[in-house]
Amino acid sequence: MPKLVKDGAIVDNDWTLMAKPEGEAAEAKVPGGKVIVPLKVWQAQHDALAERSDIGVWLDTDETADELGDEAKRFPLVAVHFPAFADGRAFSTARLLRERFDFTGELRAVGYFLAEQACYLRRCGVNALDFGPEREHHLEPAIEALKDFTEYYQTSVDQPLPLFRRRAS
Amino acid sequence: MYIYDEYDRRIQGQRVKQFRAQMERYLDGQLEEAEFLPLRLQNGLYVQRLAPMLRICVPYGLLNSRQLRKLAHITRTYDKGYCHVSTRQNIQLNWPQLEEVPDILDELLEVEMHCNQTSGNCIRNTTTDQFAGVATDELVDPRPYCELIRQWSTFHPEFAFLPRKFKIAVSATEEDRAAIRVHDIGLQIVRNDAGELGFSVFVGGGLGRTPVVGSLINEFVPEQHLLTYLEAILRIYNQFGRRDNKFKARIKILVRAMTPDVFAEKVAAEWEHLKDGSATLTGEEIDRAKSYFTEPDYEAADDTAIQAEIDRLASENKAFSNWLKRNVRDHKKPGYAAVNLSLKPTGIAPGDITDRQLETLADLADTYSFGEVRTTHEQNMVLADVRKADLYDLWQKAKAAGFATPNIGTLTDLICCPGGDFCSLANAKSIPIAEAIQRQFDDMDYLYDLGNIDLNISGCMNACGHHHVGHIGILGVDKKGEEFYQVTLGGNSSNDASLGKVIGPSFNAEDMPGVVQKIIDVYVETRTEEEPFIDTVNRVGIAPFKERVYAKAS
Ligand code: HEM
Ligand code: SF4
Repeated sequence: MPKLVKDGAIVDNDWTLMAKPEGEAAEAKVPGGKVIVPLKVWQAQHDALAERSDIGVWLDTDETADELGDEAKRFPLVAVHFPAFADGRAFSTARLLRERFDFTGELRAVGYFLAEQACYLRRCGVNALDFGPEREHHLEPAIEALKDFTEYYQTSVDQPLPLFRRRAS
Repeated sequence: MYIYDEYDRRIQGQRVKQFRAQMERYLDGQLEEAEFLPLRLQNGLYVQRLAPMLRICVPYGLLNSRQLRKLAHITRTYDKGYCHVSTRQNIQLNWPQLEEVPDILDELLEVEMHCNQTSGNCIRNTTTDQFAGVATDELVDPRPYCELIRQWSTFHPEFAFLPRKFKIAVSATEEDRAAIRVHDIGLQIVRNDAGELGFSVFVGGGLGRTPVVGSLINEFVPEQHLLTYLEAILRIYNQFGRRDNKFKARIKILVRAMTPDVFAEKVAAEWEHLKDGSATLTGEEIDRAKSYFTEPDYEAADDTAIQAEIDRLASENKAFSNWLKRNVRDHKKPGYAAVNLSLKPTGIAPGDITDRQLETLADLADTYSFGEVRTTHEQNMVLADVRKADLYDLWQKAKAAGFATPNIGTLTDLICCPGGDFCSLANAKSIPIAEAIQRQFDDMDYLYDLGNIDLNISGCMNACGHHHVGHIGILGVDKKGEEFYQVTLGGNSSNDASLGKVIGPSFNAEDMPGVVQKIIDVYVETRTEEEPFIDTVNRVGIAPFKERVYAKAS
C-alpha cells in the first residue's frame, strides 16, 4: 500500500487519486471505493456523486477555493495539487478552504512538492502529505520538517492569533 | 533600533537550524539542484559567475556597531575581507563558501542579523528613507511600521512561493527618498482630514525589463489595517499573478492586465474578509514597535554658537567646507546633523567596503552617533545623529578612513550593479564604466557646479543598478558577443517618478566618458540659472543632447 504523512505520522494511503479525464468530465467513469475526483468531474456529475460518501475532490493549482466554496464541508477529504513545488497557489487555496469555507476534513497536498515545505503547508491547514511513489524519500524528512518552526509571527490556520496578540498577554 | 525578545530569537534560531538541515540534505544528494534553489535563495544564497553570493538582510538599512564588527569578522573569516552595500540597503558577500553559509548564519544570529528572504520569490526586505527619524520633513518615523511589516512577512507560510519576488517600501516624507513608486507595493504614510494616520497604497511599480510607475489603489488605509490590507494584496497576487512566464510574473504585469481599478476592487473584496480580523494591529502593538525607535539622548545645544564655529572652520578649509556642503544634511534637532559617508571614491567598485573600514565605521558610530549607522539605497552609509560640534573631528577621521569623498548626490556618486565582473546574467561590465566616468569628472569644483545628478548603471535589463530612473541611465547591451552601452536621459526616482528615454544607438565602453561629457556640456550651455540637470532635460527634451552626442566629428 502506498504511504503518506498524515497528522505527523506515516500511514497507508487508501484513497485513489483520479486523473483529469481526457474527454468530457460528465462522461468520465469514476471508479468505486475511496476516490478523489477532479473538481470538474465533481461539478459535472454532482448529483450522482453526491450519493456517495467515499468521494473526495481535488483542486488543481489554477482552481480557487471558492469554486468549491461551502460545498467543501460535505467531503471527508479535499486535496490541493502542486504541478511544481515552486507554484505556491495551493497555499492560499488551503488556507481559504479552512478559514473561509470551514472545511474540517482531511486536507491533502498532492503532486510535486517537497518535505521542506511541510511546515508551511501545515500552517496553511494541510494535514496530509502525499508525495507520490516517486518521492517516497520525502516521507521521513517531512515528519521532521513539520516541526521546523514552533513559533510564528503571523496568523495561520494552526495559530489564529498573531504573535503580537500573544506577546501582549 | 529593534531588539529581539525570546520569541524573535526562537524563530530565528529555528530558521538557521532548518537551513542547516536543508543544506545537509542537498549536499547528501537527497535534494536536487533545482529543489534546493528556492530554499537557498530564501536564505540569501545566490550562485553566480565566480562564486556563491550571500545577501545579508539589513532591515530598513539600520545597523549598530556590534553588527558592523561582526560583519567585519565575517568578511575576514569567510570572505576576502570586503563586502558590498546593495541598492536595497542590504550587504552582500561576494566570495563565501557554500558549505559555510549555515555557520555564517549562526554568527549573524549572535548579533540579531539574518539573510531571510533576501532573494527568491517571496516578500523581501522592506526599505525606507535612510534619514528616517531624523529628517526635517517627516510626518512620523516610518521604521516602526517597517518593523511591523518585517515581522508579518518573515516566514509567512502562504507567501513563500509567490510568482516572483516582492518588494515593499515605505516613505513618510514629502520628498520620496525610498523610491516607493518603483516598488511592488509603495506605502506613503499620510494623515487624513480627521488627523488619523494611515497609508496611501501604490501597487505595481518596478524596474527590470518592463519598468512601470506604481498605481495608487487606495488613498487611505488606516494604520491598524496595514497588515490585513497587505495580506489581501498578496493573496490576490499569489492566486492570479502569472506563473507561465518568469518575465511576466511581477505584480506590475497583473495590475496592468487587470487594470489598476479592477485590481483595487479585487483587493477590496478580499480585504472585506480579513479586515478587523485578529491580524488587525492593536494600539499596544503599534506603541511597542514605536518604543524601539525613540529619540536618543540628544544634548541641548546652542546651535547659533556651534554654527558660527563651523562656519569659521569652513572658511579656513575648503575641503572641509565642500564636505559640509555635499555630505552633511540638516537634522530635526538643533545642534545635530546627519552625515553621509561616501562609498564612492574613484577606483573602488561603488558600494564596496572593507573589514577594516567596517570596524572604523563601528568606532565612528560609537563615538559620534549613538552606536548606529544606516545603509542607503545609493550605496553609501549614514551616521544619522552627529553633534555639529563634532563635525570637524569626524571629518578628519572619516577622511583618513576613505569615507569622506565629498561627492554625495553628484555625478560621481553613481549607482552601479556588479555587472559582468561578477554576475552571470550580465551583458556587459558596469564597474569599469563607473570608474572611467569618475575619472573623467575628477574636478570637484566642476562637479559641484553641476549640482545633483543621478547616474545609474546596470549591466543588463534586469536593472539592478536602476538605470531607468537615473537622470542619466546606462544599460549594458550585448551585440554579437560584444559589450555596448545604451544611454537614457530623464529618469527620476523621486516624487515625479519617471523612466528615462533612450537617446539612440549604443556606444563602446571607451566612448562612454566622452558621451557623458557631451551630455553634461549641453546641460551647462542650456541651463538657466540654478536649474538642476533633470529640470533642464525635462524643459528642453532629449533632442539637443542627442544632436551633440551623435554629431559627426568635424
Ligand atoms: C550578481 C548577482 C546578481 C544577480 C544574478 C541579480 C539578478 C537580478 C535579476 C534577475 C533581477 C530582475 C528580477 C525581475 O525583474 O523580476 C534583479 C533585479 C534587481 N536587482 Fe539584482 N542581481 C544581482 C546582484 C544585485 C546587486 C548587487 C544589487 C544591488 C546593488 C541588485 C539589486 C537589484 C535590484 C534593486 C533589482 C530590482 C529591480 C526591480 O525589481 O525593480 N542586484 N537582479
Ligand atoms: S543588472 Fe544584470 S548585470 Fe547587473 S547585477 Fe543585475 S542581473 Fe547582473
